[in-house]
Amino acid sequence: MTQTAVQPTARDERVTRKSPLQKLLGRPEVGALVGAIVLFVFFASVSQTFIQPNAFATVLYGSSTIGIMAVGVSLLMIGGEFDLSTGVAVISSALTASMFSWYFSMNVWVGVLLALVVSLAIGFINGWILMKTKLPSFIVTLATFLMLTGLNLGLTRLIGGGVSSPSISSMDGYQSARAVFSSSVKIGGVDVNNTVFIWIAMVAVASWVLLRTRVGNWIFAVGGDANAARAVGVPVKATKIGLFMAVGFCAWVLGMHNLFAFDAVQSGEGVGNEFLYIIAAVIGGCLLTGGYGSAVGGAIGAFIFGMANKGIVYAQWNPDWFKFFLGLMLLLATIVNLIVKRRAELK
Amino acid sequence: MNAKQIDQQTLLKDEKDPLTHTPVHLLSLEAVGKHYGNIVALRDVTMAVDNGRVTCVLGDNGAGKSTLIKIVAGLHQHDEGVFKIMGEERKLSSPREALDAGIAAVYQDLAVVSLMPIWRNFFLGSELTTGVGPFRRMDVQKMKDITKKELADMGIDLRDVEQPIGQLSGGERQCVAIARAVYFGAKVLILDEPTAALGVKQSGVVLRYILQARDRGLGVIFITHNPHHAFPVGDRFLLLKRGRSIGYYEKKDITLDELTAQMAGGAELAELAHELEQLGGHSDIVKEVQNEVADVAQTGGESRH
Repeated sequence: MTQTAVQPTARDERVTRKSPLQKLLGRPEVGALVGAIVLFVFFASVSQTFIQPNAFATVLYGSSTIGIMAVGVSLLMIGGEFDLSTGVAVISSALTASMFSWYFSMNVWVGVLLALVVSLAIGFINGWILMKTKLPSFIVTLATFLMLTGLNLGLTRLIGGGVSSPSISSMDGYQSARAVFSSSVKIGGVDVNNTVFIWIAMVAVASWVLLRTRVGNWIFAVGGDANAARAVGVPVKATKIGLFMAVGFCAWVLGMHNLFAFDAVQSGEGVGNEFLYIIAAVIGGCLLTGGYGSAVGGAIGAFIFGMANKGIVYAQWNPDWFKFFLGLMLLLATIVNLIVKRRAELK
Repeated sequence: MNAKQIDQQTLLKDEKDPLTHTPVHLLSLEAVGKHYGNIVALRDVTMAVDNGRVTCVLGDNGAGKSTLIKIVAGLHQHDEGVFKIMGEERKLSSPREALDAGIAAVYQDLAVVSLMPIWRNFFLGSELTTGVGPFRRMDVQKMKDITKKELADMGIDLRDVEQPIGQLSGGERQCVAIARAVYFGAKVLILDEPTAALGVKQSGVVLRYILQARDRGLGVIFITHNPHHAFPVGDRFLLLKRGRSIGYYEKKDITLDELTAQMAGGAELAELAHELEQLGGHSDIVKEVQNEVADVAQTGGESRH
């Protein structure tokens, strides 16, 4: 019973060479990419303004404000969890920075750094509670969402005495922080907001992490099958907590932009935005159940969102239709994802 | 049943490891027990694993097989008894610790992430990296090449390492998992019901890989409820029933029929026949079970000669 050697493997005749097109069709974000092209052509044909550089820069800016969060949310979703507290966490971060600097009359940068710590801590707490209790992330982050909503309103009134944070525009460090988080760069005579570049950089880093590092491998694994991942020695808890903290980091970036784009933050804002981020990730091909997706997909999802959002305005339609569009795209995208997953699992 | 049971105490005391000729076992369990709250899942189990030997753990559903391997693989900790690795008493607190000690488990559900490509699964948790500091990245090409080569060495006719592992057949996935364990320097390979969900031919393939792993000098723990799969490849057989050991045999001391008879449990079958009779109406089933009882009694009787 030792004749265990089986025939040597030559080039396999069962594998036909994959054409580049077939390879592309196997990618998670392909559905979103097709959707984005269709939508772009559609709006370009109904509206003259849509394809003008200025309008396009606006579309990109709109996309980036969703896309920055969608980076973190996509990674988290690939890791098998999702976060309902992201919308208000952005505002919490902005409020922390402005209220702290204002109350202690400190350099704005101190508040900015404190906000980073707070945002990472919110992410850590979300992840830690989730890992400790093993409750669904829906429940844990719904609780965080409600608590943060209350804290945003309550603390702002308690400290600042109003519903919005006091203006910090005259404080030390405001100008330099504004230059970092909310300025624009002229490219070919068009002002492009620097959030667009931050967004693109974050997507690039996230893609690299996801596809080319150990941590990326773990993210896919904990989302695809956490028990299997644990059994082969993947640090499941640390990976998931880390993902929540990455979401916290994204919330900080966007929160700082929101703060420095104006100079004050409304404490009641952000509610409902968490769904936009999740929608962007799902349209972009991330499976809600985890284990599949890409950072680029989330970016394309955000771009689709930005195009639909602004395109309807440029086409001079009633913006009432926007939500309908969004819902339809979500449904179509999820159906495409489902088909992809079935094809991957069964054969 | 008169098959000579191994005198467990003396066996563990004096036997030498057949490859290293040192007087310790690769793994040994002495009177190990485990309970979940007030439920006793495992009690007083003794067994040993050596290099180049296959130790089979047989038992029906709920016999405690899974609990036993979970203890060995570091997923659970035992409450009673002694668990030794290379003669040193240990209590493993995580699968990572077990892996570091050279114990690799291939689970019933295979511990593979079905949506991920084969090569990512192969190296999951032990990825090869290159570069330094923040630019430390996975060595993708090397991992793909190694995956392909290792699987070819195991005789797995692989189509494409990029395809999701979920597309492979059950037997192939099993083999990838075994090849992975072997590549990562496992000294002890635990196989949890590797043939349970497979057809006859696929099972044969997996059994062959078990022998290949054994011939490479690994200690194999083969968990199954099928004595027909266990007997041809096993060197030792531990029989579990309701969390207890009901027998521990060397291959030379037992035959396949005896093993089957012990597994089937003649007494239980008789009881079942009796119950069915009382229920009435299932006369043909009753007859079948009674025949089975007769069979079991016969093989038990034969072995007495």
